[in-house]
Amino acid sequence: MPSLKDLKNRISSVKSTRKITKAMQMVAAAKLRRAQDAAEAARPYAERFNAVMGQLAASVGGSDTAPLLLKGTGKDDVHLLVVMTSERGLCGGFNANIAKLARQHARDLIQKGKTVKIITVGKKGREAMKRDLGELYIGHVDLSDVKRIGYGTATDIAKDVLGKFDAGEFDVATIFYSKFVNVVTQTPTALQVIPAKFDAPEDTGAASALYEYEPSEEEVLADLLPRGVATQIFAALLENAASEQGARMSAMDNATRNAGEMIDKLTIEYNRSRQAVITNELIEIISGAEAL
Amino acid sequence: MANTTQFDLVSPERKLVSGPVTAVEIPAAAGDLTAMQGHSPLITTLRPGVLKVSGPDGEQEYVVTGGFAEISGESISVLAETALPKGEVTQGHIDDWVAQAHAAKQNAPEHLTEAATKLLADMVALGTHIGLDPNQPNL
Repeated sequence: MPSLKDLKNRISSVKSTRKITKAMQMVAAAKLRRAQDAAEAARPYAERFNAVMGQLAASVGGSDTAPLLLKGTGKDDVHLLVVMTSERGLCGGFNANIAKLARQHARDLIQKGKTVKIITVGKKGREAMKRDLGELYIGHVDLSDVKRIGYGTATDIAKDVLGKFDAGEFDVATIFYSKFVNVVTQTPTALQVIPAKFDAPEDTGAASALYEYEPSEEEVLADLLPRGVATQIFAALLENAASEQGARMSAMDNATRNAGEMIDKLTIEYNRSRQAVITNELIEIISGAEAL
Repeated sequence: MANTTQFDLVSPERKLVSGPVTAVEIPAAAGDLTAMQGHSPLITTLRPGVLKVSGPDGEQEYVVTGGFAEISGESISVLAETALPKGEVTQGHIDDWVAQAHAAKQNAPEHLTEAATKLLADMVALGTHIGLDPNQPNL
């Protein structure tokens, strides 16, 4: 049985833990709002972009001269997995879920006899992927110095990926990130970026076919495809940032609640043992007096 | 009042303009063009340059680099990789862009050298145009 002093120490230590988790939860809530605003602001661009790309891809996609980024290399032997995670921990199952999905994907591909290469974005993902699939790991993008995710961050990653594609290092690229649904739900998602896939435009009627292209349809497409990769990576990074804060917020909310329960339990135990000590002392005094 | 048409200027990070305008001067890849209401539908890529918007609230200028413009019967949208109001562009931005274009030119594979050289020249021209030092005396 722990002494009164031990109990008191534990209570105060749990209390300070609760203060920390409470503070982290509030910081995450503030950051979440900002991350959501950023994701919101990026949406119009991505939507318009994809709409135009969808039209272009539909009209050029079938031809033999379509850019490799759109139609692929014609093989799917080497897969590149870009696993996006956070730089920091203490955000519940956020990183573990993404890593799990990526690992599952990698295993499936290996079983089918494909070659898998992995690039990680964010420190936590590197740790998780290196532990299991270290031999497949080919690179890492460090975001620990990045205060605010900008489009520049995404273009840097995209350049890296596109450079590898041009060098023929892989055939298919898939990014793994967490889609932000709401504060308690984030869905780990896999999205194929190369060869590019665009939702076909709903309206393939006369209106869209009338566009004139300058310089030419194919040149426009060739110019835009690499940007499309950057746009998709940018959107994924923003979703991920919002998911991370959401996950951290609910994880810290849980931690705060658990700490509170723990404090209640310990306080009851503390009071009981204090009571027991007092009763003991009284019994000693009374029996001492009786003996006289 | 002249006829207006809906115009949107968006960059990946934010929406800069959204509203009715009378005319937009776009630095398209094959030369500047001015789009007004009723322009025939067109999709064109952009080169780095200054985009002029004339609307009911007067004229505004934005510096854009890369991206594309979509002109349809009802609306004009410009999706630019970077877009900044002209007043916000500083020497630092120009230096960055020129340096990037320069690096791209150095690393460009054989078949892309011409495009990269053009990009660099456009960047330098852009700098000169808005009255900032392109910092690149010899190309």
